Amino acid sequence: MTWTRKDLLGIEELSREEIELILSTAESFKEVSTREIKKVPALRGKTVVNLFYEPSTRTRVSFEVAAKRLSADVIHIATETSSVRKGETLIDTGRNIEALKADIIVVRHNCSGAAAMLARHVNLSVVNAGDGWHEHPTQALLDIFTLKEKFGRITGLQVSIVGDIAHSRVARSNIWGLTKLGAKVMVCAPEILIPPGIEEMGASVTHDIDEALRHADCVNVLRMQFERDTEAAFPQQLEYFKQFGITQDRIRKAKKNILVMHPGPINRGIEISSEVADGHNSVILEQVTNGIAVRMSVLFLVAQANDQLEKHEDTH
Amino acid sequence: MKILIKGGRVIDPASNLDVICDVLTQDSTIAKVSKGIKTEADYTIEATDKIVMPGLIDMHVHLREPGREDKETVESGTRAALKGGVTCVLAMPNTHPALDSVEHIRLLKNIIKNSAHAHVFIAGAITRGRLGEELVDIAGVKREGVVAITDDGYSVDSDVLMLEALKTAQASGMLVICHSEDKKLSKNGVVNLGLTSTRMGLRGISKESEYKRVQRDIELAEEAGARVHIAHVSCKESLELIAAAKKKGIKVTCETAPHYFSLSEEDVLGFDTNMKMNPPLRSRQDRVVIREGLADGTIDAIASDHAPHTENEKDIEFERAEFGVVGLETLLAASITELVEKGVLSWPDLVAKFTVNPARILGLSKGSLKEGADADLTVVAPKEEWLVEKTSLVSKSKNCAFLGRALKGVVEYAICSGRIAYPFKNNSRKKNR
Repeated sequence: MTWTRKDLLGIEELSREEIELILSTAESFKEVSTREIKKVPALRGKTVVNLFYEPSTRTRVSFEVAAKRLSADVIHIATETSSVRKGETLIDTGRNIEALKADIIVVRHNCSGAAAMLARHVNLSVVNAGDGWHEHPTQALLDIFTLKEKFGRITGLQVSIVGDIAHSRVARSNIWGLTKLGAKVMVCAPEILIPPGIEEMGASVTHDIDEALRHADCVNVLRMQFERDTEAAFPQQLEYFKQFGITQDRIRKAKKNILVMHPGPINRGIEISSEVADGHNSVILEQVTNGIAVRMSVLFLVAQANDQLEKHEDTH
Repeated sequence: MKILIKGGRVIDPASNLDVICDVLTQDSTIAKVSKGIKTEADYTIEATDKIVMPGLIDMHVHLREPGREDKETVESGTRAALKGGVTCVLAMPNTHPALDSVEHIRLLKNIIKNSAHAHVFIAGAITRGRLGEELVDIAGVKREGVVAITDDGYSVDSDVLMLEALKTAQASGMLVICHSEDKKLSKNGVVNLGLTSTRMGLRGISKESEYKRVQRDIELAEEAGARVHIAHVSCKESLELIAAAKKKGIKVTCETAPHYFSLSEEDVLGFDTNMKMNPPLRSRQDRVVIREGLADGTIDAIASDHAPHTENEKDIEFERAEFGVVGLETLLAASITELVEKGVLSWPDLVAKFTVNPARILGLSKGSLKEGADADLTVVAPKEEWLVEKTSLVSKSKNCAFLGRALKGVVEYAICSGRIAYPFKNNSRKKNR
């Protein structure tokens, strides 16, 4: 199996083998971060541009650390301070970055499909760091990597995703990835936060948190963004925590070794209690550590594939 | 000027004609339709293996003029029409200014007089500025030759005002065309609500937003005793309502557009903004039902909903891109490819959806090859295939849903008022404007 995509835009279009290749490559990169000199020359001479249209700290920093550990040069463009504010389009910005002879754009954008659109218009590699409600592939990959590390397998695992599924790119990417690898996925939220057709994507649905936890090997707790929408009937914070909050009481009733994940940043006391977030079932910080290995893997694979593509074009 | 079209398969549903014969035009009228016409003509078209039909009528076209000449003009839009075999278009009123007054109608009429290459009929607005608040002077715009009224792009939300519009229109013998959409239900959706909107992480447009408004518009038409025409029908439920209303004797007609019987929501999954239109591409099942509706006659007409937009408005983030696609140049070919070739419609049934049916709906003395009728004809090579590419389109805008597809049916001639309007002559009729 070789990786041939110049971009990573989503999990939906990946095969099981491609996902496994990213994970196994990540395994070999994980060790780099434990060395005294945390660096390998895999992307030496490459330039990675972080182009973030949405505020983000952890994803941006994670990509930056990953790129640096691969010896790439990293540039960060925050759109609040760039010519984007002067009305430059995403495509124009992408073409300018290409003209700088950068190799990879890591893009975070509030519009679904933005990464795909950018990828169609530039020859350099595009890595989706989250587009609208659509996909957040590296987050799902690091979640799956962490699961696999703990259980040694994905097939047959039961994963419950709890929270605002309707507006969550993390949920979508996880559903695609987990089901492709043979896990069972259940989503749990108030009815209004379950998008139509989610069952056809392969997830089962419940509105009962106890049912979601009953057989789960892992619960992935999404951040609730109560400030997000003015749409009617959005649940109240306290009511939400009462009905869906992940508390120690609820975890006690679940499987003993249930993993608690959260893509961060966490809202203590809103979707998850501090006790659980800091408790022994929580792997929230390990997810952060694994995020670096997974992103190193992705950056490495897309850069290598794009080099191959260019070589191929040169010889023709 | 005499044009003789020899030996084509002449299809004219208005006179129940489907026969291999000749057609002779004399100046701006059809002089004779029969076998073996022997006469000296100024121009002779050998039409063996070609189909000869009345010039197509596209009853849903956004020419964008006045106001958005960067997207399209009467000049460029009517050229695109002719290339697609369309000799009559109905221009929609969502221009800037909107076609909501005698003055604005006259403005467009003047532009048409100076620059149109094909016949342009005008749809006026129902309400001032298409804001849904105050009716236009319906009798006044009727006197200016407006053949229908519509707030296309919007529906008149107020039941009271819509009823009044229908009653007033009925009294003036004016057709009301409904863009049936309840924006309170479609919200800010951009693709079909359901698995597609969920997969793409985009806001969905429910079918309810369409068919509930179709239902209301039919009910109000019944109450007013008025005629209504439902534009761009995209889903099963709307069609069922229309079929039931027709059965009941309510004076309702409807149209669909080629994208609704050719494409479905799967085609939008790649975030191609040329697949973004309103109503959105629906499910495969809806596509099947639309084809059935065409076959059983529930759908009276096929119209392009030609909606040109610039690249700056289309080649951007999906949810920010404008709704709509150009369609004048692919209207006939897409219909041949998807309907005739696939056995959904016979040739005469297809031709009727472009000619006699829209002519009757709009009350035009067009769409027929009877002797003495207007000499508007289209000659098409039905089996010839072409690739839809940006460079092959003459419309100012290239936002076509069929880009990259091979379609069957090449228009060889469009004859408009007895002269050969397509193929274009070099610098044909470019007046100073």
